[in-house]
Formats: sequence, C-alpha cells, structure tokens
Amino acid sequence: MVCDNCGSGDAVVHLTQIVNDEMSTYHLCEKCAAAKGLETSPDPVNIPLTDFLAQMGQSTTVQGQESGGACDFCGLTFADFRETGRLGCPHCYSAFESQLRGLLRRIHGGTQHVGKVYLPPDPSITEMEKQLEGLRRKLQRAVDAEDFERAAELRDKIRALEPAR
Amino acid sequence: MDDLTPIPEHGLSWLEASGDHADIVLSTRVRLARNIQGYAFGPRARGNDRESVLKRFRDSAARTEGLRNGSLLQLSDLDRRSRRLLLERRLVTRELVGEAGNGPPKGSAVLLSGQDPLSVLVNEEDHLRMQSLVSGLRLSEAWRSVDRLDEELGQELPFAYHHEFGYLTSCPTNVGTGLRASVFMHLPGLVLTKEIGKVLQGLGQVGLTFRGLYGEGSEVVGNFFQVSNQTTLGQTEEDLVDHLDKVVRQVIQYESQARHVLLRDARAVTEDKIWRAYGLLRYARSLSFEELMNLLSGVRLGASLKLLPGLRVYTLNKLMIFTQPAHLEQAAGRDLPPAEDDVHRASYVRRVLATEGDVPPSGPGEDEFPERA
Repeated sequence: MVCDNCGSGDAVVHLTQIVNDEMSTYHLCEKCAAAKGLETSPDPVNIPLTDFLAQMGQSTTVQGQESGGACDFCGLTFADFRETGRLGCPHCYSAFESQLRGLLRRIHGGTQHVGKVYLPPDPSITEMEKQLEGLRRKLQRAVDAEDFERAAELRDKIRALEPAR
Repeated sequence: MDDLTPIPEHGLSWLEASGDHADIVLSTRVRLARNIQGYAFGPRARGNDRESVLKRFRDSAARTEGLRNGSLLQLSDLDRRSRRLLLERRLVTRELVGEAGNGPPKGSAVLLSGQDPLSVLVNEEDHLRMQSLVSGLRLSEAWRSVDRLDEELGQELPFAYHHEFGYLTSCPTNVGTGLRASVFMHLPGLVLTKEIGKVLQGLGQVGLTFRGLYGEGSEVVGNFFQVSNQTTLGQTEEDLVDHLDKVVRQVIQYESQARHVLLRDARAVTEDKIWRAYGLLRYARSLSFEELMNLLSGVRLGASLKLLPGLRVYTLNKLMIFTQPAHLEQAAGRDLPPAEDDVHRASYVRRVLATEGDVPPSGPGEDEFPERA
C-alpha cells in the first residue's frame, strides 16, 4: 500500500481519527508518519511483521542460522524472511525452527497447535502412530485439566483412528 | 465482452440480511489457509509449481462433494472488469488479482462452489484459502461448512502440517489453525457517541483486531468495521470462533446502547442526519462511492431504528455492492470515467430507492398538521 501523504513510500502506519463525529483513516509511510509526529505503536501486535522481525534481530544476539544458513528445499535465508515476513515453503519451519519458536511465542503466545489433528491421505503406519501418540498425550492433559468435554472429543478421535491400523 | 455466467449471483447470498443481528452485522466470513506438501508457498513458488498446484487442486475438487459442481475461474482468463467484479464482491483478494500493471500471477484462480457461501482461492499467499461467507452473525455455521470442506480436501491433497506448529502457512501469523474468522459490522452509534475508540482498543486487549471494508490495510469508511481474530495458534478452531462470537455479541450490545443514548439525548439531531442522508441518496445526481458509503451509514442507522419505515436492510446491502465501480460498468456495458461513474451511481441509487425504498415522510413535523376530514 502506498503512503497517502507522499504517494511513494510504503504505508506502514495506519491511523484512524475521529474528528467531529467523522472517522477517517490515513495510511502513511514511516517518514511521513514521523514528520507528522506519529510513532509506530508500542503495542507489539500492531507493529507490521517485518518491523517486528527487524527489532527481534536487534535484540537477539545468538542466532543459529544468522550467518546465512538457508532452507535446503527452497533456499530462503532467515534474512530473506526478516525482510518479507513470509516463509518460503513448509521446510522453512524446520530449517529455522529455533528462531521461529521465539517468534511464534511472541505473536501467538505459544507454539503448540491444539486445533485439528491432520492425517494425510494414505497415511503411513508411523504417521498414524505419531498421530495417536499425540492424541493420547492431549487426552491425558485434558483429563488432568478436568476438561472432560475436550477429553471426550479426543477419545472419539482416537477410537476413529485405532481400528484403521 | 467476457461472459461472466458463473459469477452473476455468486457471493451475493449474504445480501439477503437473513442472519442474526443483520442490521448491525452485515456478514460473517471464516477462512482456512492450507498448503500442499512439496511446493514452495505462493510468493516463492515458480510458475510451473503454481500451475502444478492449480492442476492438483482442480483434480481433487472434481472428487470433492462440496466443490464438484463449482466453477473454477482462472484470473488470467478474465478481463480486467470481471476481475474487479470478483474483488468488489470480496470473493478474491488484491494479491490474487495482482498489481494493476502486471495482471494476475500465473495459476491464480478462484473456485466458486455450487453452494454459494463457499469458495476457494488458489495460489494466493497460501496454496489454498477456503472460505465461507454468510449473511449476518453466523460464525459457527460458517466454520462448520468450511471445516467439512477442509476434511474432504485434506483426504485428497497432502497438506503441509507440523506436529507442533500445526498447519503451515506462508506467513507465521496464520500458522496453526490457519483460521481467520471475521465479522463485518456497522457501528455508527459507537462512532457518534465517541465510544468507538474504547471498543477498538478493547478488541486488541482480547486478541482481536479490526480492519476496513476490503480487509488488510483498507480504510474504515461509513462506520463499517471488520472484526477478526488476531492469533491462530494455541487455541482450537472452536475456541477461536466462540471467542469472536462472544466479543462480537458484546460489541452489538454496546452499539445498541449507544443508539439508545442517541435517541434519548439527541433525537432531533439524529433524525435530521438520517433524513438528510436519505434525501441526498433519493435525489442526488452525482455520488462518489465514499459519499455513498457515508450516506448509507446514516440511512442504515435509520432503517435499524425504524425511523425510516419500510426500508429493508436487503436494499441497503444491495446498494453497497452494486454501486462499486466495476458493478456500475457491468450494468452500463462499458468503461466509465470517474465523473460518469458518479452520475451512474447516483442514478442507480435513485432507481432502487424509488422502486423498493420509498419511505413516506412521517414524524412529529407531519403529525402537528393532521389532515382534516
């Protein structure tokens, strides 16, 4: 998105103003925003991901893949990711696992997916075992937390998978 | 001219204003982001990868109950206006359509399912984005229909999935469930009573975010807001959807209270604003889209408060969609320069209001001079 003020910079600051009951929104690049005395919000959720990543790089001194390690499937480096905010392929999640874990914690407050458990078409025995193992662990956690509704759901999922083995 | 036979009615069922709280909540959308194993994500995929993704999706869709009777539109096969029609109906995204100068990226496509509310974007930032768009506040219904589709497609195509991080996506802000649920709301009461700032700030504190009409980065016009979940990882899909539903219901309650306050403390001013907005829409000879949206906001408030009797929310929803530039051009059958565009818009609005939105003038002004028998 282009800056509303100069028409050339990339708009990174989105300002919603209410003046005399009229609401208006401005999209400004960093330069124009600074010129208008606006700073990017200190609230991390509202900082564009790329800025967030750049800041993260400054505060973290030790990074495994910092010296140009690349994803062996798509060739993306962590520096590329920092610039665009987009990963290159599913393998990037393994290639940059340690850095991503920190980032995911900051974005989502955690790293463990607890939603739908995916089983690919024609799963191998090991994949099914892995899936079942994960489900049983979750079941145990749900029982420990006395979340019986979730436990019942998980039990049904486990039952549905078991006879297929 | 390109034949848009598969499009005309698609993506319009939400206009019917049939869901819960349809005067405040225009529509509900739930989308799931999915990627296929073995390919780079959209922005990094090469042309032949993108074509291969499209081919595999097309083959799988043919075997999928919910998609079998749909129509797959490749964006590069459509002319510029048809692409904009899809964009104005919020069935595709700007990313899928591509930059104005370059045209759509290779392999960009959208599948419009035979069952209206469902569609799938192919080769956007993620390989697949399945979405359900329904009228009013119907989050769990929208979630269930997109969940069913996901179950079916996931058995046809190997999705990229990680034991810890869940469904893998191009942007780490979507990883995990890949779910973004959003509710499109009209909140003039909160804006007029100046309470909106607090509400929007509150949304941030409970893990939600808001945007304008066309999603990410778009501006807020006419007091219309899209409220959606900010995080996608660490909660179940049902919890994400339920949480949004609860908060949205609370916002609806605040909005209703604000409207009540307006009527109690500023009835004359509020009525005047509403009737002026109606008058301008009914008789103006030239309207920009932004002006229209602001006037529609006032009239919508009036319809909701029963100050404009007989005016249906359906009519107002229709006015919002069919007055966008590509829709006006489609109706005119030719390109319209901006000045003409505004004239066509005003004329369309007058025609629609004359046939299905004619409101007899009433209120204290008239009651003071009752007709003599």
